[in-house]
Amino acid sequence: MSELMIEMKNVHKWFGELHVLNDINLEINKGEKIVICGPSGSGKSTLIRCINRLEEHQRGNIIVEGTELTNDSRSIERIRGEVGMVFQQFNLFPHLSILDNCSLAPIWVRKLPKAEAKDKAMEYLKRVQIDDQAHKYPAQLSGGQQQRAAIARALCMEPRIMLFDEPTSALDPEMIKEVLDVMVGLAKGGMTMIVVTHEMGFAKEVADSIIFMDEGQIVEAKNPKDFFDNPESERTKTFLSQIL
Amino acid sequence: MSAINKEVGPPVIELGTMGWLRKNLFSNWYNSLLTVFGLYLLYILIPPLVNWILLDANFVGSTREDCTNEGACWIFIQQNIKLIFYGLYPTEELWRINLVYLILLISGVYLLVPNLKYKGWVGAFLLVIFPIICVIMLSGGLGLEAVETRLWGGLFLTLVIAGVGIVLSLPIGVMLALGRRSKLPVVSILCTIFIEIWRGVPLITVLFMASNMFPLFMPEGVNFDKLIRALIGVMFFSAAYLAEVVRGGLQAMPKGQYEASQAVGLTYWRMMALVILPQSLKMVIPAIIGSFIAIFKDTTLVLVIGLFDFLGIIQFVGTNPDWLGFSHEGYVFAAAVFWVFCYAMSWYSQRLEKKLDTGR
Repeated sequence: MSELMIEMKNVHKWFGELHVLNDINLEINKGEKIVICGPSGSGKSTLIRCINRLEEHQRGNIIVEGTELTNDSRSIERIRGEVGMVFQQFNLFPHLSILDNCSLAPIWVRKLPKAEAKDKAMEYLKRVQIDDQAHKYPAQLSGGQQQRAAIARALCMEPRIMLFDEPTSALDPEMIKEVLDVMVGLAKGGMTMIVVTHEMGFAKEVADSIIFMDEGQIVEAKNPKDFFDNPESERTKTFLSQIL
Repeated sequence: MSAINKEVGPPVIELGTMGWLRKNLFSNWYNSLLTVFGLYLLYILIPPLVNWILLDANFVGSTREDCTNEGACWIFIQQNIKLIFYGLYPTEELWRINLVYLILLISGVYLLVPNLKYKGWVGAFLLVIFPIICVIMLSGGLGLEAVETRLWGGLFLTLVIAGVGIVLSLPIGVMLALGRRSKLPVVSILCTIFIEIWRGVPLITVLFMASNMFPLFMPEGVNFDKLIRALIGVMFFSAAYLAEVVRGGLQAMPKGQYEASQAVGLTYWRMMALVILPQSLKMVIPAIIGSFIAIFKDTTLVLVIGLFDFLGIIQFVGTNPDWLGFSHEGYVFAAAVFWVFCYAMSWYSQRLEKKLDTGR
């Protein structure tokens, strides 16, 4: 029954001399929720940014929904259409209203008629509970609202996979919960998700497996219970003792 | 201990006219001195100027003999107004220029009034159909008598050169800026060379080349209109400057905007047109308008290749034996007209910046 969504085989990447991804092997099935954690500079953001080609991998294969990522721009476009992404800094388009932020790509990439794209945008904005802010500009919203708008923008493309790159790290503490609630709701709805985060409460609640990365390698990948109760590697133990 | 310092006392009141004066003009002894000196300068400059331009000036008459008052002789401008505004364009065909002005004025005002419908169509008309109308109306065709460009002149010629330069140089400049930042080395190098060559040469040299050197390279019998050559020169010259202005705006864009556009699947051109350029052009509006104003004023240089623009023709009519000795009036008038156009652009840019501000 499990359908393979993302496959990474022997993926390597270098930034100059720095070996940021070192032999990454990963298989993610439909509906799985993966949480990636690790110290800063461990390559976790780079890993998920390779999945939608914001970064180029230099060796190995990345296959998303049967399409291999190559330099062919059509493969990149096809994969980006299936993969939504939420950034640490939200990266909303400041010159467009929240509604236009959400309907831009459906109109220009999916070729939806304007009215339909806006209806759909409103629907998703309602789901993240900021439909009353639809006509404001990003700068007029709080951080938590902006991040929820960014999630809605990604969802409007109806992706089959969602990538989250430290979605709550730039938020004030009292706004983290509202964003995590949206993400939990999404997870319960069956979305395939890869989340880079240090929110261990979130990881415990929704993750099917937690990956710990260090120095470009996957050190440990386990279900949450084993990950927190019986970490094998010393590095994982040290990391957990520092953040818990 | 919170003791009140009696020696310093409470702050001097800064409200009302007196408060404003004290705060801005007489806050200490050297500001007071500068204020007094400034007032004195105004006193010795303004009254004579007003007298010369208005109170003692001559407005009615038809020859230089009618200028009996001590002030400016505006009759000089009045009598030569056709030359100054239209050059040697045939008098019976002037309606063609005026009609073009009228179309431009009406559509321009329409675009400036807020909340009107069909603005997109009017804009498209101005960008696509209006230029065709201009070419046919101004140079002839479709049953209209041909008017050679050597007869074009005055303010009309200035507006043609500046208008074409401004309208065409922006898109070319944007393409050059994108090209220079391209990841394809060939495109990037070619754009860089193109930009640096045009920026490295004075406009006057460009105009000389266009007017004198260019024909030497053309085969015998091929004759390019001199005005068109000058237009192309002005256009590329200002495009090169605009390219660097636009590139500055592109470089100020946060990387996240590129990444977010790519992540939602926008292709390169859509990302640029919908996300990156609207923001980066907005950031450099003041510099872009600065370039436009520079083009407008630089059109005066076409005099060196024998085209009589607004300023050129004013100097020219000043050499008419009937009107010798009135160059002051000519220059003051030229300055006033240039100021009106340049200030209008400046005003529009401020308005645009306010309108596009979304609070970032």
